[in-house]
Formats: sequence, C-alpha cells, structure tokens
Amino acid sequence: MFDALDVIWRNLPFLIVQGFLGFGSFVGGTLRLAIPAIVLGFLLGIFIGIGRLAPQPWIRIPATLYVEFFRGVPLVMVIFWMWFVVPLVLKRSIPEFGVALTAFVIFEAAYFGEIVRAGIQSVPRGQVEAATALGLSGAQTMRQVVLPQALKNMIPSLVTQIIVLFKDTSLASIIGFVDLTKAAQIVNNREIRPFPIYLFIAVVYWMCTYSMSRYARYLERRIGPA
Amino acid sequence: MNYRFDWSILWTGESGRWLLSGLITTLELSVLAWLLAVVLGIVSGALRTVKLWPLRAAATFYVEFFRNVPLLVWMFFWYFAVPPLLPEPIREFLLEHSLEFWAAVCALGVYSGARFSEVLRSGIQSIPRTQFEASVASGLTTLQAYRYVILPVALRLIIPPGTSESLNLLKNSSVALTISVAELTFQTRQIETYTAKAIEALTAGTVIYLVLCLSLASIMGWVERRTAIPGLITGGRRRR
Repeated sequence: MFDALDVIWRNLPFLIVQGFLGFGSFVGGTLRLAIPAIVLGFLLGIFIGIGRLAPQPWIRIPATLYVEFFRGVPLVMVIFWMWFVVPLVLKRSIPEFGVALTAFVIFEAAYFGEIVRAGIQSVPRGQVEAATALGLSGAQTMRQVVLPQALKNMIPSLVTQIIVLFKDTSLASIIGFVDLTKAAQIVNNREIRPFPIYLFIAVVYWMCTYSMSRYARYLERRIGPA
Repeated sequence: MNYRFDWSILWTGESGRWLLSGLITTLELSVLAWLLAVVLGIVSGALRTVKLWPLRAAATFYVEFFRNVPLLVWMFFWYFAVPPLLPEPIREFLLEHSLEFWAAVCALGVYSGARFSEVLRSGIQSIPRTQFEASVASGLTTLQAYRYVILPVALRLIIPPGTSESLNLLKNSSVALTISVAELTFQTRQIETYTAKAIEALTAGTVIYLVLCLSLASIMGWVERRTAIPGLITGGRRRR
C-alpha cells in the first residue's frame, strides 16, 4: 500500500508537470492540447452550426455532409488521417502537437456544430423577426440577438462535449504525444506497477471531468432555462 | 502533393482478408461489449432511481467514476493492471485465449455501461411517477413494477439516445488497437505498414465505419417507428 503511494509520489512531478501540464523535455501535455482544441473546435463549430441552418443549399449541404461524416467515423481514424495526410499536403513533417490539434479541432467541430445548431433553433422565431423589423442585417441579427441567447441554452450540452473532448485528448498518446496517459505509460514501463499508476491517472482525469460537470450543473441552476 | 495513388493494393495481396478479419473482430468486440454495457446500464440505471440509498450510492459511484475517465485509460487498466490480480489458473487461461480481446471487451463494456446508465435513468425519470405508484397500488412489488411497467416503456423511450450511444460504442471500439486487438483500425494500419499506401488504406477503413454507422442508424430509426407507443411517443420522426 505505502509502496504503491511511493511509486506515485516519486513520479508525481513527471506525471503532472510533463503529462498533465506539458512542461518538460517531451512535447506533450493534456491541458496544452485540450485548451486550444476546445477554443478552436468551438469557433469552427459555430460556423458549421450556422452553416447547417443556412438558406443557401451550397452552404447547407457541405456543412451537413461534414457533420454526418465526422460523426460516423472514430476519432482514432481521424487522428491517423491527419498523421499521414497533413505532412503529405504541406510537404514537410509536422510535430505531434500540430497533428493532434488539427485532428481534434476538425473532429470536435462536427459535434460542436450540432450543439450550436440545436442552440440556435431553440431561440424563438419571433426574436429574428423582431430584429429584422428593427432593421438589423442578417449577420447583425445572428451576432447580437440570436447567438447570445443560443449560447445560454447551449451551456449544458456544451460542457458535456468539452468533457468528452478533454477525455478524448488521451488518444493523442497513440501518435506519441506525451500527455497524461502517455506519461503514465512511460512511468509504468520503468516501474512495472500498472495498478497504482493507471488508477492514479484515472483519479486525476476524474477530478477534472467531475468538477467540470458539477460546475455545469451549478451554471444550469443559476442561469435557469431561457 | 506528389502522391501516387494505387487503389489496387486494396484487392491484391492480403489486404482484403485483413480488412474482413478486422471488421469481424470489430463487430465481435462491439457486440460482446454492447451486451455487457446493456446489462450494466439497465441494472445501474434502474438502481439509481430506487429508494434504498446504499444501492443508489453504489450505482452513482459506478456511473460517475467510469464515465468520467478516458476509455484509453480503462483499456490500459484492464489490460495491464487487472490480470496480475487474478488467480494464477485464470490468468494462464486468459493469456492463451487472447487476453487483449477480453480486456477490451471489459473496458469498452464497463465504460459504455456507465454511459447507457445515464440514458436509461433519464428515460425512467421521464415516465410520470404516477405510473410507478399505480403499479404498486395495484399490487405489484417494486421489482415487478420495474420489470412489467417502467422498463418496457423506458426502453422504448430511449431508443434514439440509446442508438447514438451504441454507435459511440462501435466507434470507440477502435481504441482497442492501443492494446493490439486486431480490429478494423488496427488492420487498416497494418495495410498501411505493408504497402506504404496510407490514403488508400485509411479510405477503406473509414468507408467501412461510415457504412456500418449509417446503416445501423437507419435500422434503428425503423425499429423506433415500429415500437413507438401511440400517444406517448411522437412517432419516429423527431430525431436530433
């Protein structure tokens, strides 16, 4: 028991500083990948969500195909695609961080897009009509009237998706990105103590995701349904 | 981009056989994990709505812990950390009978079970409480009320979210390649390794996943319309 704690204690700096935060001799870090992936994925998701509701078919159909395609393919597959195709297109090798970030942004944008679409559709039609009657242009209506209200309705499913993305960043370890999971593998190869090491990182992941879901529940109650 | 396409690698050599065996392994893994997940999901989802608090707490712990940790961590956990704890004869047996496959079934099944549980719980909670009270009043025990009144309705209500969770399970089975289960993604990578034709190999794997997911989704849409309870569920049209 104490022995198990000792294994964790000795490797704690590597697991947390290198694996979780991403500072150290390896390219890695769960947070360093998760935060930009969430921000960029959501930004791309807004465009895709709006695109799915566009009246012009040449915007709507590609956006719909994008969503249906990425929701029907495993993330692991998308990561491998990026791993092989991005260097081919750019004609030079890309660090793991770039590959993983591209894969996550492109993949998660499909899911964020669906959330944005549902959020926009939850805003009553009358709001758009009122904004138009006041003389706002389409883009103005979207930015100043619809999106702020939609965002509020999206918060619960948005946080759920952020939690999913946070957990998914562990998959970056399969292309050698040293995140928390990969750091645990490296430590385990040295120590051969799988039980305490994997249980420990499970608890670290759990603390992050569970606190996020608690915070989401709190937000939901405070803001209330629109 | 000076990449020379050579699609013939997909039907020459071993590729076809590899893809087929990968597809079969993916399906076997998904079906077994799905059965485990459904059992765990129904039991824990139902337990989370009962009155007895120790049962509720145990089910809540299971759901909140297993659902909130990445599947990849569970794969490693079941593959590396659990076997040394098993008794010697069982471990020997598993080592000879594809340990990685059963570890993947456990990891995927237990993880997805926690997710199914949430789906089922929301299904049960959407049934008016009076249904349960009425069945108890007409003489059913709690177990009978769940078995004959609550669950049959709840299971129909959750077909749409249950389908999307099942498709998640199917897609998540690709994570098993990290513990070297020879499923579809693993075989796709193998073709790439042998032929150095990444785009062709990945296209084949991707198309198979897409076909699987889209056809399952449309079959379940049909099932949903067939099993809809008139008046309770508004047809099968309104899908998110």
